[in-house]
Amino acid sequence: MSLWTALLVAAAIAFGLKLAGHLVPAHLLDAPRVRRITAALPIALLAALVATQAFTGPGGVFVLDARAVAVGVAVVALLLRAPFIVVVVLGAATAALLRALGWA
Amino acid sequence: MTPAADPGARRAVVRQSLSVGIATGAYGISFGALAVAAGLGTWQAMALSLLMFTGGSQFAFVSIIAAGLHAAPAAIAASSMLGIRNGLYALELTHLLAVRGVPRVAAAHLTIDESTAVAVAQDDVRTSRLGFWLTGVSVFVLWNLSTLAGALIGNLVGDPRTYGLDAAACAAFTALLWPRLRDRDAVAIAVVGALVAVVLSPTMPPGIPVVAAAGASLLAWRAPRREQA
Repeated sequence: MSLWTALLVAAAIAFGLKLAGHLVPAHLLDAPRVRRITAALPIALLAALVATQAFTGPGGVFVLDARAVAVGVAVVALLLRAPFIVVVVLGAATAALLRALGWA
Repeated sequence: MTPAADPGARRAVVRQSLSVGIATGAYGISFGALAVAAGLGTWQAMALSLLMFTGGSQFAFVSIIAAGLHAAPAAIAASSMLGIRNGLYALELTHLLAVRGVPRVAAAHLTIDESTAVAVAQDDVRTSRLGFWLTGVSVFVLWNLSTLAGALIGNLVGDPRTYGLDAAACAAFTALLWPRLRDRDAVAIAVVGALVAVVLSPTMPPGIPVVAAAGASLLAWRAPRREQA
């Protein structure tokens, strides 16, 4: 599979999901259990993405480095209600600074 | 069609839509930069923002496919599962918008977190519709322009680690997760998802642990404990 193929398949699925919601009768998905689980999906996936991006190194092994500190700084920024872009920039700057200082 | 009852409400929703558009557009810069850092070309980063147009899925796709093409199925699975919520938003929006044909296809493409949030926050149908379209279009335009800007900036940056771009991805996912951690059940699901992913990472190909962690959402099978008064 080429990168373009993967990209177009993923984009087509993303659009299909949006369109399906506009076409499917709402009652098909009205079961409270289905709604709870679909609402929980992004939480599980995003948490897994934070964990793998921040706490795993080459080979998938657990590591604590500049990225973990960056996540800590991001959480503090979010507690202070910083906007998304500020959180992202602070995260990047934290890791860049720690690496420039040779600490992580 | 009658004009909105309250011109004040109309002005307020225009202001709200444009500010959401600008704020969201601004972080398209981080997406563009991360996409090229992950190995995508500028056109590929642009294609994701134009065609996929749902931030969380786009970040997930590029982060996982950064490991290489063998991670493509996991990247598609993760981005698709993150996109399911847009389908749920669409269920709510379709009654509100009441459009058919081409406008409905356009509405589907613009069905994202931000346009839905602005639409459902309004008090009457007219301002809701205005909020949906204005937010959707302004996010779309600015998200795509800023993706291009970010990709061009990312191309100038050599090793993405020097400027902490890998950590920017961690911070971006944290910021996308944060507003969803509204109660104890949500936090429990996040913790289990994170643990599953980290535990599986050393033994599984890149991306698969993230897909497996989706299973943590089954914790929501059971109804939440009695709601607090």
